[in-house]
Amino acid sequence: MSTALSRFQDSFAQALLAAEPDSASEVAALAHQPGFSVYRNTVMKGCIDALQANYPSVTRLVGEEWFRAAAAVYVRTHLPDDARMLCYGKQFAAFLEGFEPAAELSYLPDVARLDRLWTDVHAAPDQPPLDPLTISGFPPEQLAGIVLHPHPAARWAWFTEQPIYSIWRRNREAIEDDSEIEWQGEGVLLVRPHEVVTWTALDAAGCAFLDACNAGRPLADAAAAALGVNQETDLGLLLSGLLAAGAFGGMGKPATHAITEFS
Amino acid sequence: MTAILTAGLSLKPQYYDAALACRADGLWFEVHPENYLVAGGPRLQWLEAMRARHPISLHGVSLSLAADAEPDAAHLHRLAALAHRIEPALISEHLAWSTWRGAYHPDLLPFPRTNESLSRIIDNIARTQEALGRRIAIENPSHYVRIDHHEWDEIDFLTEIARRSGCGLLLDVNNVHVGACNLGYSAPHYLDRFPGDLVMEIHVAGHTPDPNLGESLLIDSHDAPVAPEVWALHKRLIDRIGARPTLIERDDNLPDFDTLLAERDIAEALAHASLVKEICV
Repeated sequence: MSTALSRFQDSFAQALLAAEPDSASEVAALAHQPGFSVYRNTVMKGCIDALQANYPSVTRLVGEEWFRAAAAVYVRTHLPDDARMLCYGKQFAAFLEGFEPAAELSYLPDVARLDRLWTDVHAAPDQPPLDPLTISGFPPEQLAGIVLHPHPAARWAWFTEQPIYSIWRRNREAIEDDSEIEWQGEGVLLVRPHEVVTWTALDAAGCAFLDACNAGRPLADAAAAALGVNQETDLGLLLSGLLAAGAFGGMGKPATHAITEFS
Repeated sequence: MTAILTAGLSLKPQYYDAALACRADGLWFEVHPENYLVAGGPRLQWLEAMRARHPISLHGVSLSLAADAEPDAAHLHRLAALAHRIEPALISEHLAWSTWRGAYHPDLLPFPRTNESLSRIIDNIARTQEALGRRIAIENPSHYVRIDHHEWDEIDFLTEIARRSGCGLLLDVNNVHVGACNLGYSAPHYLDRFPGDLVMEIHVAGHTPDPNLGESLLIDSHDAPVAPEVWALHKRLIDRIGARPTLIERDDNLPDFDTLLAERDIAEALAHASLVKEICV
């Protein structure tokens, strides 16, 4: 049933984003009052400000003016679906992929994806990282059957074609560095030890290792996945590096066995 | 023993260290809960550390109580969890809508005050108070447009909402001033009619003239010091109803913390004068 209040809100919401309010609309007269622009401007500014705050590396790469113009286009088709503006812009990377003025900047969507991962890590649940000593006592044959669960605040990504991590890092850290970046695939691990989001390079084998862990596969499978990507992988070094970074939150046995959580 | 809240400040990340260290009597801080509805991480730790030192007020901007729909259940659940964790001194929301058919419009939008919207809002406040297990305060909005089909006067509407839902009211004196200028009513008359016994909290803030229309359209921008005429209205109000927890609401164009503290001293002095007067009467 359509009530007067819901009809008012349908018309008002439409007029907020329309270039010209629908003259037949319930709020047509209202939308022509000078004060209506305050609502229109506040909604648009609130959304654009939030996108800019959530995508600082993209903003620095393209400049504030370009970013805000692109953001305004995004807002018109993607209003927030959550009142937590920290969450706003989930589809921004995908939007940039199809955004014609950004066609030349082929790395931009993936840089946006890393900004998004930063936010995920920043707001993820609290949990102490797995103590590296916990697994040091296991004999190798038992270790192979253990599952390591990635920490809820750990995210990783491998980009095959482009040095996305270097581009993102230079802009996220606002480093003044014009030197050439070697054009090759790169990956990254983001974690949140001591409540601060930090990042470090992670190669394709490391990302494959974490993907396998995240899928609930035992360490033997994760090791095979890493070696499948790069036969030269030093598994001991990889595992100790991930443990030291706080990439794991707990451990257990494969899902096919009785699960025992040690964390 | 409950601490007496006098004048409080909007809490912004830039003020964290200074706010944490500040020992001013009766100081409290207000935050928008939407910025803290996260699973974990530094934001929550920051707010908890602040809560260990100062009372906190949660001032929501997005429950959309005046939308013709129930408040978002997941949002309400997260808000209740935050309130459980922080144990705020006050929880407030706005007489406005923002979320509609799944889309959030980050603003406090107006609506016709009708019997229909009255019932909907009372129902939405009841759901909110039930989820939170406590009384909340509802804030009078700023006005920028004239809506022709109101069936209710705003003060009567707010009073009826409070009477039927059991909620309290948050009286934003700057909103009264801005609305009075924009719609052409008398701010002193509005304040004189406002039901003092329902007021749980007062807001004062700065405003700015619209860049194109000037003084004929004031914007509740929270980006400037409280204007002298708003202080005068505030004094008039508390001379009549007595002191209440009063927030200096500042969200943009942020000055240094000491400047805000000095502005807070004005509200603090007015509150003390009012308390002294009450005791002497």
